[in-house]
Amino acid sequence: MKILTGNDLKTGAVTWWDGQGWSLHVEDAADVAEHGDEIAARENAARRVVAPYVIDGEVAAEGVRPAHIKDRIRALGPTVRLDLSLKPAEPDAGTWVI
Amino acid sequence: MYQYDQFDQAMVDARVAEFRDQVRRRLDGSMSEEQFRPLRLMNGLYLQLHAYMLRVAVPYGTLNSRQMRMLGHIADKYDRGYGHFTTRQNIQYNWIKLEDAPDILADLATVEMHAIQTSGNCIRNTTSDQYAGAAADEVIDPRPYAELIRQWSTFHPEFSYLPRKFKMAVIASDIDRAAMKLHDIGIRLVRNAQGELGAAFYVGGGMGRTPMIAPCIREFVPIDQMITYSEACLRVYNRHGRRDNKYKARIKILVHEMGKDEYTRQVEEEFAHLLTQNIEPPAAELERIQGYFADPAFENGLSDAIDRADPDFALWVDNNCVAHKRPGYIAATISLKPVGGIPGDATSDQIRLMGDLAREYSFDELRVTHAQNIVLPHVRKADLYALWQKLDAAGLGTANLDLVGDIIACPGLDYCTLANARSIPVAQEISKRMAPKEQEIGELKLKISGCINACGHHHAGHIGILGVDRKGVENYQLLLGGCEGDDTSLGQITGPGFDENGIVDAVEKATNFYLANRQGDERFLDTYRRIGMAPFKEAIYAKETVDG
Amino acid sequence: MVETQFRFRDDESVADPSVTVDSFGEQTNAAAVRIEPGDDVSALLPHLERLRLVEVNFPAYTDGRGYTAARRLREAGYAGELRAVGDVLIDQLAYMRRCGFDSFAPEHPLNEADADAAFNRYANVYQPTTDGRSPIWALRHGRG
Repeated sequence: MKILTGNDLKTGAVTWWDGQGWSLHVEDAADVAEHGDEIAARENAARRVVAPYVIDGEVAAEGVRPAHIKDRIRALGPTVRLDLSLKPAEPDAGTWVI
Repeated sequence: MYQYDQFDQAMVDARVAEFRDQVRRRLDGSMSEEQFRPLRLMNGLYLQLHAYMLRVAVPYGTLNSRQMRMLGHIADKYDRGYGHFTTRQNIQYNWIKLEDAPDILADLATVEMHAIQTSGNCIRNTTSDQYAGAAADEVIDPRPYAELIRQWSTFHPEFSYLPRKFKMAVIASDIDRAAMKLHDIGIRLVRNAQGELGAAFYVGGGMGRTPMIAPCIREFVPIDQMITYSEACLRVYNRHGRRDNKYKARIKILVHEMGKDEYTRQVEEEFAHLLTQNIEPPAAELERIQGYFADPAFENGLSDAIDRADPDFALWVDNNCVAHKRPGYIAATISLKPVGGIPGDATSDQIRLMGDLAREYSFDELRVTHAQNIVLPHVRKADLYALWQKLDAAGLGTANLDLVGDIIACPGLDYCTLANARSIPVAQEISKRMAPKEQEIGELKLKISGCINACGHHHAGHIGILGVDRKGVENYQLLLGGCEGDDTSLGQITGPGFDENGIVDAVEKATNFYLANRQGDERFLDTYRRIGMAPFKEAIYAKETVDG
Repeated sequence: MVETQFRFRDDESVADPSVTVDSFGEQTNAAAVRIEPGDDVSALLPHLERLRLVEVNFPAYTDGRGYTAARRLREAGYAGELRAVGDVLIDQLAYMRRCGFDSFAPEHPLNEADADAAFNRYANVYQPTTDGRSPIWALRHGRG
């Protein structure tokens, strides 16, 4: 699947296009098929996102999984500070990244 | 240390107002990201993996306790309770919101700090020797000259849109403690045969994709022409540096492609012209700045005795403390590399504590080193034990300066959009694996970069590690034999790369081989230089296990 | 031709079309020349007296070669109009002015209030240029 991701312009938080808006959670990421660039341009111009880009992903057992490790780290948080991640209470959250 | 007068303060205040206005225009749509990006970079604000990152300038690495308190406050109020000290003596915060950035800059301005030109294609923070003003071997304290350069380079109207970033370092001793020859311009202050002070200019050093050691293009520029000569170097670069290829745009490429002689010829020609333009600050200005760097009120008649009864303390003294120019004093390094820790990170409590300790024990002065540690430059030996106990209680007492656990590591793929691999977990694993043998091994500068941009200075490590992306999987190249000091050399790759576990094993094999083959008091680097790559390579890639 | 939006001169602008640096040498009565980023202004320095207008093109505002071209011309004594054209944005105006530009013809017209704020943002400057403003070090030591 094709996923659209970027950062929130004001806060810098990592965001994922969920089909209608921007979510902080990669699980909500929608398949944008071939519309990614068009959505990215529109959302960028409307200042609802900064630096958007399209990536490959797949639906895995644990949910949407970005193809590249960099985006998995973006989805979760720094692997060396899981206390600062989106899932601080889950001790195994980091294993999903690798 | 330097204190702003009303002119300096007005500059940073105006900059805050300007940036606030730029953010407003970005957020209201008057400015696109493409137009805004170079502007926010010139205020040290990057968009990184998880949020915006703000890089705060620490001019030539010098800080006081009031500033440390503010840095701790910023970490708590605007970030997530910690900061990261960098390989260019700065501090950066990883969880910044764009909408908060103008307020952060305003807060910094109240303690004479800023984030001006800590990114972007402009002249960056000028770095210096972390022992400046304390070292016995310096010709003169280099920091007033670094301050002259800071003011000259701030908002320079001609050099704010260079082909690429520009980094300078100033030292004043034969021993190079600031990796001066690996800078775009490195300056060494020297005295000629008549005892006059001057500047030796080294231009065209750097790491990254094409590491180079800067050649000396002029051995002696009279000190009252240093700024003019710097301007000439920059002007030739601004005119001729490549703008077609981002990876070939640094001055090191220009000096290399043009040839050192031709580059020097053009600089000298421009220099002769610029001397007619009267752009050099007068001697009175240098003297005014030097007034802020006079020796603190050192006491006389202090004892040089240190009570070494506590073995942990004695170990820390032996590893982390270096001789001071004044009897009774010592310069102490606070290691930000606890075993298994994140190199260069400090919590807001630790930041505040280090400031308090500086105020109590070091005439209210601290230095950030390019190895991501903190120095208290002027500690009475009589106070050293009390200081160490407080450091130790706060997790800041690790006795590993310049040992294998004193790892320099960039933030890597855990934080940085440019990275190809994570560097911090590798640093943590190496630190834990090597801790038992660390003292036995002795001096070993290990540096890790998560990508070819080399922010971890891996080319200059006795052992260097470069993270790469091998088909979406993290992989690590091992380099040996780099050195950043006076005998600057660039590390050589050993061979095929390793995975995350393999690289830790490889480092252990290399150090075991060194221990088995060293002669006398050779450091790792010395044994490597004597024996060469081939035997090390054989040991590293041998099939038997580490314990075999 | 793009209109000049800001001008800091009292005289009349010349209406001559600008010639390229390359052609300038051959055209003995050309009074206006246009500099591209890669041009060497050295060719112009012997002829500054007959020049009334120099346009410096910024095809991309990130290419800062035009700042050096401007300063070199002013340092050599050029007193005619020095105009920044092309990708000229609010946030470069002050630096351009300091380097010697006295007129600005941005490709896309700028907000006048923002431009005014930009020109006047910094009361003082750290470095001397030919713009005559005293650098801070001069003010500190009574040479302002």
